[in-house]
This record gives sequence, C-alpha cells and structure tokens, in this order.
Amino acid sequence: MTDTKGKVIGVNGNMVTVGIEGTVSMNEVAYIKVGGKNLKAEVIRIRSDRRSGHRASDWGNSAELQVYEMTRGIRIGDEVDFTGELLSVRLGPGLLQQIYDGLQNPLPELAEKCGFFLERGEYLYPLSQTAKWEFSPSVKAGDSVEAADSLGSVPEGIFSHQIMVPFNFYDTYKVKTIKPQGQYTVTETIAELEDSKGKVFPVSMNFEWPVKRPVSHYIQKLKPEKPMVTKSRIIDTFLPVALGGTYCIPGPFGAGKTVLQQVTSRNAEVDIVIIAACGERAGEVVETLKEFPELKDPRTGRSLMERTIIICNTSSMPVAAREASVYTAVTLAEYYRQMGLNILLLADSTSRWAQAMREMSGRLEEIPGEEAFPAYLESVIASFYERAGIVQLRNGKIGSVTIGGTVSPAGGNFEEPVTQATLKVVGAFHGLSRERSDARKYPAIHPLESWSKYTGIMDKKQTEYGRQVLFQGNDVAQMMKVVGEEGTSTEDYILYQKSEFLDSIYLQQNSFDPIDSAASVERQKYSFRLIFDILSAKLNIPGKEEARTYFNTLRQNFLDWNVSEWQSGQFKELESSIRGQLAAKKTGVEENAQDIVKNLEN
Amino acid sequence: MQKVYSRIETIAGNVISLTADDVQYGELAEVTSAHGKSLAEVIRLNRSTVSLQVYSGTRGISTGDEVRFLGHPMQVSFSDNLLGRVFDGSGKPRDRGSALSENLIEIGGPSVNPAKRIIPRNMVRTGIPMIDLFNTLVVSQKLPIFSVSGEPYNELLARIAMQAEVDIIILGGMGLKYDDYLFFKETLESGGAMSRSIFFVHTASDPIVECLLVPDISLAVAEKFALKGKKVLVLLTDMTNFSDAMKEIAITMEQVPSNRGYPGDLYSQLASRYEKAVDFEGAGSITVLGVTTMPGDDVTHPVPDNTGYITEGQYYLKNGRIEPFGSLSRLKQLVNKDSREDHRSLMDGMIKLYAAYKESLEKKSMGFRMSDWDNKLLKYGVLFEKEMMDLSVNIPLEQALDNGWKIFAECFTKEETNMRSDLVNKFWPK
Repeated sequence: MTDTKGKVIGVNGNMVTVGIEGTVSMNEVAYIKVGGKNLKAEVIRIRSDRRSGHRASDWGNSAELQVYEMTRGIRIGDEVDFTGELLSVRLGPGLLQQIYDGLQNPLPELAEKCGFFLERGEYLYPLSQTAKWEFSPSVKAGDSVEAADSLGSVPEGIFSHQIMVPFNFYDTYKVKTIKPQGQYTVTETIAELEDSKGKVFPVSMNFEWPVKRPVSHYIQKLKPEKPMVTKSRIIDTFLPVALGGTYCIPGPFGAGKTVLQQVTSRNAEVDIVIIAACGERAGEVVETLKEFPELKDPRTGRSLMERTIIICNTSSMPVAAREASVYTAVTLAEYYRQMGLNILLLADSTSRWAQAMREMSGRLEEIPGEEAFPAYLESVIASFYERAGIVQLRNGKIGSVTIGGTVSPAGGNFEEPVTQATLKVVGAFHGLSRERSDARKYPAIHPLESWSKYTGIMDKKQTEYGRQVLFQGNDVAQMMKVVGEEGTSTEDYILYQKSEFLDSIYLQQNSFDPIDSAASVERQKYSFRLIFDILSAKLNIPGKEEARTYFNTLRQNFLDWNVSEWQSGQFKELESSIRGQLAAKKTGVEENAQDIVKNLEN
Repeated sequence: MQKVYSRIETIAGNVISLTADDVQYGELAEVTSAHGKSLAEVIRLNRSTVSLQVYSGTRGISTGDEVRFLGHPMQVSFSDNLLGRVFDGSGKPRDRGSALSENLIEIGGPSVNPAKRIIPRNMVRTGIPMIDLFNTLVVSQKLPIFSVSGEPYNELLARIAMQAEVDIIILGGMGLKYDDYLFFKETLESGGAMSRSIFFVHTASDPIVECLLVPDISLAVAEKFALKGKKVLVLLTDMTNFSDAMKEIAITMEQVPSNRGYPGDLYSQLASRYEKAVDFEGAGSITVLGVTTMPGDDVTHPVPDNTGYITEGQYYLKNGRIEPFGSLSRLKQLVNKDSREDHRSLMDGMIKLYAAYKESLEKKSMGFRMSDWDNKLLKYGVLFEKEMMDLSVNIPLEQALDNGWKIFAECFTKEETNMRSDLVNKFWPK
C-alpha cells in the first residue's frame, strides 16, 4: 500500500471517481473499502479537478477507477487504498489444472469458501500454499544468472516445470545460496541472488508479473512455420494454423464457434491449452470443466485437465474483470512458453472484451468511434495478438504461444469494427457462415471465404486443386439456380457433384463421433490422396441421374469409412470398395491435374 | 437510518436529482408526491448530487416533494405465500390479496460460481416434435423464442409451461397487453397450474421503470425456490420491451448510445438476467424461457442479436410454426445421446433433406423442370411440415422418431437418405 489517500466522490455503474491526496499511477490497483469488504479496482484515468468543471473539493486531483466487482452499496466518502502496483498474476508451479476467474481467483476454492455464489471482495491466493513440490536445482552457488534463467525444476504433471529467476530482475545476479534437492512449498525461499551492487534478494518458486506487459525474455522471435495440428480436416488441410501464429473465428451466434474451440482444445497437438472464457455462457465453461478431467489426452494417456488452465469470466460476472481475463490468460501462456513449451491460447470471445472496453469508454465520456467503440480499439487488439509468437529462448530452446480468438460480430456482419481490427493482425481467418450452420454443415467454416497465410501439412498443389473444385462447383451451383438442372451440362453437373462430395465427406466432420472428430495427420494425408484421385478423375457417367446415384453411394461409403477405426478390417474393406467404385467409372485424369498426378507418382 | 429530503433539484425523464449525504449506490428511496408514494433507486452518485430513477415515473412530481432514503436496495418478500399470486413490477399485489412483507430478499444478487454449476442432463419433454426431436429443451437451459409481433408466442409459452414437468412456474411479463395477461391467467387456472405459479406482471400501461424490475424480481424469487430444491420454470415475455425500457432510461441519462440507440452494456445487462438459469449441485434448477420479438423480423436487430449470443439457442417462430432453420438448442447434444440411438442422426438427416426440399421448392417456383429427385423432395417436404412442424401435433419423442423413419420410407430409398447403415437396418420400417 502507498501513502496516497483517497475517498469516493462519485459512482456511475462500475466506474467510481475518487478524490486523491498524494501520487497515483496509471493502471495501478486500488481497493475501495465498503462494509468490511475491499473491492479491487484499477485506475484508468487521472485528472485535475479544475479541468473537470466540478465544484472545488478538499482534494486536489481525482482518479477514475474501474471496479472489478458490483458497485452496489458504495457511498460518497468511502475510503480507498492504493497499492502502487499494476494488475498482476502470480506465476509458479500449480497453475495447470486450475480454474481461475479473470483476476486469478481460484474458483473451486472460492466455492468452498462462499458456496453457490460469487461473493464480492473475496480474493484468494492463486496457488496452493501447502502443496510441496520436489525441487531439483540446476545451478550452484557462484553461478551467474539473469531474469528467466532456470534455477531448477519441479515435476508438474507430465512437464518439468522450470523454476526461473523472476522476470522483473533486470540485473545480472550471482547465485549466493541455492536449496538442495527436496520438497518445498511455493512460498519458501529456494535461492538467494546477489545483484551487481551486492544487494541480496531471496527468491521463492513464485513471483508476480503485470498482465499488460508482454514477457520479452528471449533472444529472437521466429517466423511461425511449423503447422499446429488441430485434427480438424478443413483447418489442417485447407486453412492451417502455425505454432506461434494467430487466427480468428468470427461467426454469427449459433454457428458453432464455441464447439469448434472446444474440439480444438481437446485435439490440438500442443503442450498446454489455456482457455479464456471471456464474457461467454457459463454453461459452456462447465462442460469443459467437468468433461476434461474425464477425457484422455491421446498423446500422453493422462487426463486432458493436466495440460489445461481455464480462465473463466462468464457474461454475468463483473464486466471490468472481463478485460483483465484475456491478459491474465496470455501472461500465463507466456510464462509456460519460457520453459520451451508450445501453448495454445483460445479466447472466447474477443468481442465481449471489446464491449467491456466500450462500456468503460462510454462511462469515461470519451469521444466514441465507430459503433461507439473507443478509438484505441484497433491498437489494443493488435497488441494483444502480437503477444503470440514462436521464440528462441536464451538456453536455445524454442517455445511458442498460439492465439486463436473467436469474434462475435453484431448481426453476423463481418464489416463491424472488432472483426475488421482483428483481421488486420491475424495469420488465418476461419469465417463461420450462417448458411452452412443452418444446413447443419459442421464445422461451419466457409471454405471459400476463409484464408490462411501459413503452410500446412499437405502438398499445396493437391489442396489447391481441391479448392479449385470447390470454387468451380460453387459456380456451377450458382448457375444451376438460374438455368436449372436441365440447362446444365453433364460435365458441369459432375463437377458440382465432386465439390459437394468433397464438402460433405472431408470438410464436414462429426465432432460427436469419437473417431471422425479427430483425424490424425497420417489419416488426413491418406484419405485426401484418395479424394484427390476421385476429384481429378475423368468419369464415364452418361447422365445426371446416374451421377447423383453414383456420388450418393460413394459418399455413403466414405462416411462409413470416416467413422471406422484407422487401418481396421472395416476400414480396409470400405477403402477397397471405394477404390473399386472409382475404377469402374474412371477413364483417365483431368488435364489440369495431370502434372500433379505425375509428381505424386514420381 | 431514514433521512428525509424535500428539495428535488432536477427532474428529467424518469430521473430526479437532489443533494443528499451518506447515500449508497443502488439504495432505495420513497418519493411522496400529491399523487401517492413511489419507490425510486439511486442510479448515480456525483459528489453530493444523487440521481434517482423513479419507479412509477415522474409525472406530477414537484420539486418540493419528499424523498426518504430507506437504507437498503430493492427487496422482495419470499415465501410459499407467493404461490398463486399476481404482483406488479415493484412487487405490489395486482390481485386482491394482501401485500407481503415477511422474509425480504434482495434482487439482482451476485452471479453463480461456475465451479458450482453442473452439466445439464435432463430434457424437458414438451410433446412438440420441433422441440423434442429437433431442438430438445433441457432443464436449466436459457432459451428465447424469436418471433415477429403477432405470432402466437404467448400461446406457445403457456403450452410449454402447462406440459413441462416443473414444480413452480414464474411468469415475468414486461409490457404485456392486458388481454395477454388475462390469457396466461386463464390458461394456467383452467389447467390447474395457478397454485404453483407466481406472476410478476408489468402491463403496457404501467410506468416504464417497473418494466426494468420484472426480470430481476422474478429471477430472485426463482433462485430462492431453486435453492430449496424446486425445479423452476421462468417465463419472460417480452425481453424486447425490457431492452427498450433500458434504452429509454439510458438516453435520459445521456449515455453514449452504441447501436440503434441501445446502451453499450445491453449485452451485459441481458446476460446478467439470462445467466441466472442454473442447475444447482444438490438443489433445484432454473430454466428460463423468454420471448424476444424481432422488430421487422430482423434477427440482426441489437436485441435478438445480443440475446442470441447469450442464450443457449433459440426457437424461431414464424407463420405459426417453429422454423427448423434458425432454431437451435445448444444443449440438445447433452440429452439426445441418451434418448434413443437414432435421435441425433435422424435429426440431422431430416433437416438436411428439408433444406434440399427448400431448394427444390425454389427451383420449382422459378419454373424449372422437376427431376425425379426433386419430386421426391417435394413429397418429403409436405409430409415433414404436416407431421413434424405443425404446432398442433402433440406426441411423445419416441413416436416422433418412428414417424420420421416412416416419412423417409414413404419418400426415399435407403441410400438416398444418407443415414448410417446400422441405423437404417434397425429402424427402417419393414
């Protein structure tokens, strides 16, 4: 706490105006004392009273605070304490498997203390203070270390959790003492570090870091090139995401944004997944929360929860904490990145965060920009996504943070400010479409409108050919709407059937089927190769009626093939029947595919 | 601690301001004017100036009227005596019964800890195939009916309320037409459900501010009953009126409007009400069924749009039917896996073919020649609308599923339905 004194002079929704005596800093955390509770708040504007036009008061300046809690019951004259510190999160072993609110309060512990409801003004220590961790030192007395260098490690689930020199130690330090291997809690001192001036600092296994400041303790940021496998066919094959990259999923409500993120959080091939449920439905978080401990991570055979952190600030929780929640999430991601791990951060939804900014901006009576969003919307979104990246650490290891954010555009219209600001800064765009979700085509990612700048797992030429078929098939479908089926040539009609075929058996995926929901890279490559043969084949089919029947059977077999276990008896049986059907009608290869086929055969 | 002030400084819209000390944010006050007493709520504090929103409106209030602060926020009485009663938005009796004042509870309380919620797992059977089969309603779900004015949404609400197996029905009426209020009352009375119902009704002629209180007061009571282990169904009609009331107040308060005049916190305001839907671990549950009328049938209008992002799906009522496109129950996956093995596949399969029927219908209306396939689809579409979509159909889920297969067999060959082979073998009518 600083010496600065403050008292409430105004309340408007979740914004409280405080008269201050002494110094305050921008974005510092303050507590408002109400009826025996301390309500956490953040300074978001400071101004002199003369300018604000109010009557002169005993106090010189005033600060405006956004309060992270309900403001009911606050009175004029209530006291305010200032901490002098920025909003921070506590970093250390034991973060995994946790369920936090936006301010890093552990929700299960809070439930134990307060019952069904979220009592305001209750702030718990985010890490267990009693759990003991088996610490193995990796430095010895006399070694020289810098911020983010490892002092040792503790096992945390399947990971070796590096105990690092706190990120805010900006000097070069000499290790004065270090504890031997043994069991320690996160608060016990495990080392003493001496800076260049000879001052000694005790260090424990946890430290704090302000959420709005990116962790930049690395040698260089690399170009995201390695694909991040999500096991969604349409993403991995056509719209890939890279480790350390960014992508966004805008879509109208009901188009399946959250389901898509849930599936990704289960199947993505990364080390750690951080889910930031920001201003969305509580029910969805609960699904994740209750199901993950039961689900097995196919890569490790352990519970999925062991690689997951959930930050949960649902729509009915206080608005100001919503903004904090995405920053809390990204800071935790950066912390684990410093250990050379690959982290996927899923933020659902960034629009709610933008709306929280809009609400505050309105209360501050700032001049509104488009749709009343504040003018700084774009730069704030850009700097958030820029915290993603793949980096080379000082010890040579590579770590990455990949950010995937959903956007909930008003009216499903992608022209609105949040979507547009996001599209400027992301590397892949997975736009969900209302027509596809209405037709129950899941995932409802629009294959023609979406794009990705990253390289995927597939041979680019094959997927490009697939995309061409989709485009041409779509053209034929548009034309058929005008000239009718009878006005369409059989050749065009077959092209249309091919594109429909690709759509229904490859782009669409049943997220509730245990096998179909997660297609491995191997399987994707294998089945797309077969599909490519079908798409590029010249087929000897005389009429449209026959074409429809032919593709109907083919599709039926393929759907059954998709849900049969990889390389099982049924799998092989169906495959040979599909190949048989293809061979029966195939007369050659389309001209525009001959080069690709030749390359594949070589 | 009751202080009386008698100098109101400004009156604008439904908001009055005066100079007062030691007032809490959100506190209630009583304004006594020549036309009677009204409650008012503190909505802004600025130095010594207190702004209050007067529940019964400011018409006739003079600058010399008395304002007495009560020292507590808005409260409502909670007990079993509420059952069978009708109240207005501020909790005063609308029927001839006596006013209740025992066991007062605060309204608009804190949010439920997500860690204490449980995954919904029980379906609410309604006997309507478009709901049970295609968009199953689930206990603790929050679901609005999107509709154009003039559609029979209140009839649908009343029917679901009558048929659903719940312990308590709470009706929150906002801007309700007086005859609609009577309709609900008569339907529930004749169905014998009035004794387990509570009405909080704001009719179109009542003061606008009371409209704002209806969801909070209804949900606060529902929450207490749910904590006592009851299964509660809350009906909120019509949330668009609620949002419009909010818009009116926001503009009076000179807030910067965000979209078509609605305040920037519309989403959060609606969410804090809908999110009260909950299944308590070891206690009861709240299921919220709302009505959102869409001005001009425009789903991108801010109210239905924001609602859609909050609720777990929506029923889209059009031309007296629940439309399969646009309707969605997000929680159906949690229950339709246990109902019957063909439920999910049949649901998807029928909708896909109905979508294809719509395309054929479009082609037909443009005068194109119909292929064999088109003709099959046309036959299917008509049967589907008659057997599934018609709201007068009242059958249990299992029968609806059997009907689905029957319709398939009447119209298509097995391959054409695109259903998985194991299901076809088991359920295809012999």
